[in-house]
Amino acid sequence: MTVTATTAVTTGGALPGGEYDVTVVGAGVVGAAIARELARFPLRIALVDASDDVGDGTSKANTAILHTGFDAVPGSLESRLVREGHRLLAAYAAESGIPVEPLGALLVAWDDEQLAALPGLAEKAVRNGYRAARIIAADEVRAREPELGPGVLGALDVPGESIICPWTTTLAYATQAVRAGVDLHLNCRVQKVTSGETHALATSRGPLRTRYLVNAAGLYADEIDRLLGHADFAVTPRRGQLIVFDELARGLVRHVLLPVPSALGKGVLVSPTVYGNVMLGPTAEDLDDKTDTGSTAEGIALLREKGRRILPALLEEEVTAVYAGLRAATGDDDYAIRAHPAQRYVTVGGIRSTGLTASMAIAAHVVELLADGGLPVAGARELEPVRMPNLGEAFLRPYRDAELIARDPEYGRIVCHCERVTRGEIRDALASAVPPGSPDGLRRRTRARGGRCQGFHCGAAVRALFEEARR
Amino acid sequence: MSRDRTVDVLVIGAGPAGLALAARLAGAGAGRVEVLEREQDAGGVPRHCHHGGFGGPVRPWLTGPAYARRAVRAATAAGATVRTGVSATGWAGPLTLETTSPAGLERIAARAVVLATGARERPRSARLVPGSRPAGVLTTGELQQSVHLYGQDIGRRAVVVGAEPVARHAVRTLRRAGAEVVAVITERSRGTAVPGVPLLTATTVAELRGRGRLSGVALRHEDGRCGLLACDTVVFTGDWIPDHELARRGGVALDPGTRGPCTDASFRTSVPGVFAVGNALHGVERAATAAGEGDAAADPVLARLAGAPWPDPGPPLVVRAPLLWVTPNRLTDVVGRPLLLRSAEPLTAPVLTAAQDGRLLWRRRVPARATSSRSLTLPPGWTDRVDRSGGPVVLAIG
Repeated sequence: MTVTATTAVTTGGALPGGEYDVTVVGAGVVGAAIARELARFPLRIALVDASDDVGDGTSKANTAILHTGFDAVPGSLESRLVREGHRLLAAYAAESGIPVEPLGALLVAWDDEQLAALPGLAEKAVRNGYRAARIIAADEVRAREPELGPGVLGALDVPGESIICPWTTTLAYATQAVRAGVDLHLNCRVQKVTSGETHALATSRGPLRTRYLVNAAGLYADEIDRLLGHADFAVTPRRGQLIVFDELARGLVRHVLLPVPSALGKGVLVSPTVYGNVMLGPTAEDLDDKTDTGSTAEGIALLREKGRRILPALLEEEVTAVYAGLRAATGDDDYAIRAHPAQRYVTVGGIRSTGLTASMAIAAHVVELLADGGLPVAGARELEPVRMPNLGEAFLRPYRDAELIARDPEYGRIVCHCERVTRGEIRDALASAVPPGSPDGLRRRTRARGGRCQGFHCGAAVRALFEEARR
Repeated sequence: MSRDRTVDVLVIGAGPAGLALAARLAGAGAGRVEVLEREQDAGGVPRHCHHGGFGGPVRPWLTGPAYARRAVRAATAAGATVRTGVSATGWAGPLTLETTSPAGLERIAARAVVLATGARERPRSARLVPGSRPAGVLTTGELQQSVHLYGQDIGRRAVVVGAEPVARHAVRTLRRAGAEVVAVITERSRGTAVPGVPLLTATTVAELRGRGRLSGVALRHEDGRCGLLACDTVVFTGDWIPDHELARRGGVALDPGTRGPCTDASFRTSVPGVFAVGNALHGVERAATAAGEGDAAADPVLARLAGAPWPDPGPPLVVRAPLLWVTPNRLTDVVGRPLLLRSAEPLTAPVLTAAQDGRLLWRRRVPARATSSRSLTLPPGWTDRVDRSGGPVVLAIG
């Protein structure tokens, strides 16, 4: 059931007065996870974001993999947090209805250099505490992935890798946090921080005062850091362009097909998504502009060339979407999570593509750092569990659920035909604890308008439902 | 639990083709003829085409919605059942479809299934147009529904991509919605001009710009010149593809040219008992053409109900560039009605040849003009010379 009366999501106007105990800047998957973790304590918490929705930056456009952490830098903070986070998020996903499919990954070697790299990767996996990886021969690779292009020499089999819904993950954290009393302030850009007895934040929606401050601002974490006098890392936006192919391509691939990392970079993967389509990407381009999430002709051409080698039949399928995300790269090979106890301030920077997997472990780690810095953390309670609407094609979706439709016929009224999204799901999303701020936000909550026709059939109807709910 | 039911003929899609077929079948006493339509209203794409010129023969004053209403009335008056808000979501057997509607789940078995699922325009993403992903990017279908069915606000300055007849309808709809159309652009060397709107030929959209809302489109001319057009709306028109999901999920073979189900001249697919008609076969043709196919499919469907055997697939009918596709695309029998042939390039009175295994079957000048959006209709007389057990029949120019 949706509970709206007790929730506090604001999208405009002045911010509430008084003082927050902790404010988390950045409502991406990491910031939302931290807010959720903090919500367990009797504290006054704010989660603020410059965008009109949660998970609207790096978190919405990534490769959506729940990593084992087999390829992290052994001994790094990232290695530990990804390993712990994998376990925590897998359990949380099962409890919350976040779709996860444990497909396993194959790192496919296409040349001698890549083949020669596999033993090192297998050994690195062991050093990261992951013991299930093993090298398999070309014929076994081909038997398991019959559509692979010619020239496969072997692969590293990593059975623990899974695919996950990144949108529902962020939304589940935010929903649970908001229901537990966290104030979520959207369209709220932090412009200036004045620190003394408390932090006084100047935001695009006016002042906000808080005793403790957590910087989970993703691409902008270095800029927030500078507002507090720190300059120990710089974020370089690294663009990843991706092509999403039609659901009719899903039968072509069974595993996450990871590239073997080489001197030239991490490379391009082919992976099913939990929504039932197939993704090809990403590119890796270091940019200066933290807002440049555009795709390019060169990027698309590069992906098509790589994809044609990996899975030739994929290129014959219709393209559903092309998009680009920016990951927050720093010069360093590890997360930049830094506590500044004297300032009652924690920076959570440099969270790369593993951040989705590691999110819950990062949150637990950050709360420990805050506690070490004096945040009172007595009186922890269990949070009310959250049950998210299922967006995963491998699980029962409302349009196929006879009992659900019998109880509420709106779940039998399909609005978006390509993705089979019902009016009941759209209604629920619009009335949920963290409602969408745009039709794109509605898409991330329901899949509506996210299919092959991109709105030819349902665009006007979906927009009408969105606008009606806003009136 | 889903309910199981059986009908005589199940038609998927209540557009011009499906409705015309249902009307003929019900009128001929084919038993229970049921048409499933996933939209809330039957009639298909004409429902949102608020321009005249519908019907066959063309009636200048007959608008799409009026034509759609007329087609629905004809089908129901003949005794067909037209059910709206019912989606066919998959197959439960060779001739059994799974459906979802507010009334619940059903499995509907039929003695004959007809796919009349229509076509859609490829959106910007499928055309691999780079750039940002702002609001204000539409296909003609979404534009027409937004304006004509929902009265929604469209932007102020629009660019239309494509110069086929559908682009003209997009321009008209945009103007009616109060938007200024600043240009129609086409990558082709010529296109249909619309009075008062600059037509930019040999030009492609190099990139979409804008955050939140579209702010402009970057253009590139064939000769290398580049430019930027400020606009808040862009409509991608044409580039139709059959909605073939159900066909593929049912194991129906597709034709590589049309990307619709492969059929013979009797609209029989590769799956016994499954027929396909209308724009599901070939992307967009006029409503009257689609309806004509539906009408013509009635006799073969009746024959099937009467127990006629499903023939082995005969030789495929294939095309050579610049020809794009031909329907039918299998030759199981002598063809009794004109074939539809589409070309990528404009052709005026082309000489066409049909050959099989190196043997010339037919060579003739076709006194008509083809464009990328208008098909040639070929006389079928030569099809009696096809060897049913021979290799592919190749249609070419020359």
